[in-house]
Amino acid sequence: MNGLLEKYPDEVQAILAKYPSDQAGKRSAVMPLMYLAQRQDGYVTKDAIGQIAEICEITVTEVASIIGFYSLYYDEPSGKYHVQVCTDLPCALRGAEQFLENLCQNLGIKVGETTADGMVKVEAVMCLAGCDKAPMFQVQSPEGLEYHENQTVESALEVINKLRQG
Amino acid sequence: MVEHILLRHRAIPGLDQIDTYRQNEGFLALRKVITSMDPDDVTNEVKASGLRGRGGAGFPTGMKWSFIDGHNWPHYVIANADESEPGTFKDREIMEGNPYQFLEGVTICAYAVKATDAYIYLRGEFWPIALKLDQCIAEMEAAGFLGEKLFGSNISIHLHTHLGAGAYICGEESALLDSIEGKLGQPRLRPPFPPAVGIYGKPTIVNNVETLTNVPFIINRGAAWYKGIGTEKSPGPKIFSLSGCINRPGNYELPLGTTFRELIMDHGRGIPGGHKIKAIMAAGASSSLIVANDEALNTPMDYESVPQLGAQLGSASIIVVDDSVNIPWLINKTVHFFTHESCGKCTPCREGTYWMMHLTERINHGKATMKDVELLHDVASQMKGKCLCALGEFSIEAVLSGIERFPADFESVTAKSNA
Repeated sequence: MNGLLEKYPDEVQAILAKYPSDQAGKRSAVMPLMYLAQRQDGYVTKDAIGQIAEICEITVTEVASIIGFYSLYYDEPSGKYHVQVCTDLPCALRGAEQFLENLCQNLGIKVGETTADGMVKVEAVMCLAGCDKAPMFQVQSPEGLEYHENQTVESALEVINKLRQG
Repeated sequence: MVEHILLRHRAIPGLDQIDTYRQNEGFLALRKVITSMDPDDVTNEVKASGLRGRGGAGFPTGMKWSFIDGHNWPHYVIANADESEPGTFKDREIMEGNPYQFLEGVTICAYAVKATDAYIYLRGEFWPIALKLDQCIAEMEAAGFLGEKLFGSNISIHLHTHLGAGAYICGEESALLDSIEGKLGQPRLRPPFPPAVGIYGKPTIVNNVETLTNVPFIINRGAAWYKGIGTEKSPGPKIFSLSGCINRPGNYELPLGTTFRELIMDHGRGIPGGHKIKAIMAAGASSSLIVANDEALNTPMDYESVPQLGAQLGSASIIVVDDSVNIPWLINKTVHFFTHESCGKCTPCREGTYWMMHLTERINHGKATMKDVELLHDVASQMKGKCLCALGEFSIEAVLSGIERFPADFESVTAKSNA
């Protein structure tokens, strides 16, 4: 019984079809399958790790190590929405650090914390390729990923309040 | 105003629609190569154009294609769309605004090196762009520009997107290969280089998005026309991503050889808030710091001239630094980035970035003496030439040049502790 394969037969087949049909090719499906599992549960569950390992014909440990290596995979539940503000050099030169601090102050949290209702986690992250439109952030959610650029604290709060409502 | 070749969407609305693209020279080059050119002729035309890799290394593209091992099959092509260098945001604009020209370039490259499958490796944050490219690929298949028996020939070419998941190191081509293979994205020992042993152990050509987007125009208008843009040794247009302390940040497509002054003062409209320009980083966070004097500002931005300033052009991500910025703070930012992104495979980079971060932290907070600055310089110097890949080597560029070229900033920040 492979839950992932059973629930998303077409998606899994489409992913596998991108790569060679031998064992090395099957292993390539590990990253897209992880996104598929994460879309379902908000993080990659222990069950999903086992199912992905089975499809890719690799060990559970190998799948788990990939989750640990990349920053966009999660192996435990956290805030529903991740508001990720870039504070790397080019953004910092355009006031991103002050922006993040003021934003968190307004939300009554510290950088890296989740709002009291458990809805929104605000983090500082590395470069997102939006340097010319700083301050900027991305919102990571079960629905996908969205950029918000040329932001002020006010406009960011508006985005966040919308997220918290639904 | 020179005609845009890469950022054509700025003048042609709807260029990301296949019909509009077709009405604007779209797929003429692909048709031409498949119906009338030998694969090696395509490689030779690209070689003759003098096109050099736009991802940062500046390696001659046609020469790279000619290195593909013809005794080991199948061949693969990979477009590097990982774009993660702080200060770089050009490939994103190409793929959002002019995706078909990029995809046509990938397809032509696949034809030239006789590959039937090509992968486009996008950073995980470009998830919406990957969806868009998937749609474009489907449109191209429906219109007969991708898939089986292209233009009635026996040629089959398939493109696939593959998303990374937030690791800067995967922009390094050998780490990128391991990442697609479903392994940890860590660099390989080289040689062998990808044109000999690439993905799945097969010959592979890895090119940057911007590099490949040049190709349809080189085929359409010819190598001689292309060489008319830019300088003799660095021909063609380049997208300069301008960011930092600048009035008008953004992407500027200009001929290679345009001076720093023209980009920063004319196109970027200078420095805001009455500040003066202090330093320039030409290759994003991987740059040496260039002292922004008259000599530097008058230097042409090409692969030969920038090294004369003790720096590299790299991906041409120009970060402008004004006189309100303290260099110890700046190198703490860049070192923090590299420490976070070091993959941990080789010791000099893993340990070196870690200790550089602690030292720059102390120095930046005014809790260090000049002895600590000397120690930082020593740690960085010991990493030089010893790292497995360019990430480690790049992590020391701003540190060493910062200490050597802006000593006063370090003296003032340590003054209290020295006393």
